[in-house]
Amino acid sequence: MSDLRISSHMPIILSIVAALMLSIAPMPDWAEAFRPTWVALTLIYWSITLPNKYSVGSAWITGLVLDVAQGTLLGQHALAITLVIYVTVKFHLQLRQFPMLQLTATVFALLALYQFILFWINGVVGVNSPSITYWGPVVSGAIIWPVLNLFLGTIRQRVRG
Amino acid sequence: MAAANSNSQFGSTFSPALGFRFLLLAALSILLMVIDQRDNHLDTVRKAIGAAVYPLRVIVDAPVSAWLWANETTASRNTLQLENSRLRTERLLTQARLQRYSSLEAENARLREMLEARAAVREQVRVAEILSVSSDPFRHVLIVDKGTNDNVYDGQAVIDADGIIGQIVKAGVLSSQAMLISDPGHDLPVEVNRNGLRTIARGTGEYNRLDLPFLPNNADVEPGDLLVTSGRGSAFPAGYPVAVVESVIRIPQEPFAAVSATPSAALNQVREVMLIWSTQEEESDAVEIEEISDAAEIEAEIVSDNTEAEADE
Repeated sequence: MSDLRISSHMPIILSIVAALMLSIAPMPDWAEAFRPTWVALTLIYWSITLPNKYSVGSAWITGLVLDVAQGTLLGQHALAITLVIYVTVKFHLQLRQFPMLQLTATVFALLALYQFILFWINGVVGVNSPSITYWGPVVSGAIIWPVLNLFLGTIRQRVRG
Repeated sequence: MAAANSNSQFGSTFSPALGFRFLLLAALSILLMVIDQRDNHLDTVRKAIGAAVYPLRVIVDAPVSAWLWANETTASRNTLQLENSRLRTERLLTQARLQRYSSLEAENARLREMLEARAAVREQVRVAEILSVSSDPFRHVLIVDKGTNDNVYDGQAVIDADGIIGQIVKAGVLSSQAMLISDPGHDLPVEVNRNGLRTIARGTGEYNRLDLPFLPNNADVEPGDLLVTSGRGSAFPAGYPVAVVESVIRIPQEPFAAVSATPSAALNQVREVMLIWSTQEEESDAVEIEEISDAAEIEAEIVSDNTEAEADE
């Protein structure tokens, strides 16, 4: 029984770890401003599809790890991602019904919320992010969403089968 | 709410708990942030999670390291020969300079003795490799592969061959974070090498520009002036080159001149940096120096008064 549970959790945890790695991987300077918020995207997907297994708790822990990995204030990403996942889980049944275009627009809004909370906390502690490119990850995240959705969908099929 | 009602079979099992859990975790996050912002009580938590993330960093960095390694191993004989001869010339030049430097050092020590001034600060240097660069383009933070295991400490100065790069802000067990001098939140006490005028160099968020916001209009500063660390503020040892003044704009009705400078080190191109351990030459600290050098194979040892050598270039 426990083996079965581990094997069904493993691909999901691996996908979150992969998202963490993508968010700390070295990238050329010009691409840095458009690095999608991989961790938020991955967690949004899993909390839409498996909301009773992956919701605010796992999001908070992942956010904390992201805080350490990126060297931000401890709890900053954790708070932002927990709020986003809370909203996602709250409305996961509607989100499942959405056609892809509408879902992508919603993900765009969720990422904007995520980025805004980070921005706001930065403002409170006095780290300023002056440029418009701060919002680049929101755009690139929404663009990458349909592809990521497909990819994680195939993983989910494997887990079930 | 509609979501919960439309699917009551499992919606109702987690919906009330979900809101509660969310509030709890949000409150916990805010608490963590407040504590983390105030002081360093959370260092152990951060270090524990940091140690767990370390393997990920190594894996993520592996392709880049492999690429560099492949480049090195497949470099043509011709390139290697060229590089070799270039390095040989460089070594000759450096050695020539060093000969004069050691006599200067001796002279300096003698003069200091005559003045009964405080002994020169001795510095020890160790090379560290950069594991990754902060993914937030507005925070100029590097992760280096040395941590408290190698006696790295918070506030330690980080340099490269051309000058100051930044300082360690969070020392982890195996890796540490270094804030670059170009980070918008970084202020560095500097002095103009030509006349000893002291001021503050502030990061701008651009890798190739620092601002000197507190120089009055009549300050004696010109484009081309070398700025070196002043040693004030105690985080940085004195006399390391920081930047060269690029432009001075004096606006008559403003109290301060708009002065900008270009960092001496290429902040966005470094792959290896050096960490400095500065210790006063005192009995109590002498033991510590030996301990460090035994444990950590110090690769170079230099004395801080290298301003003359820099000025001569």
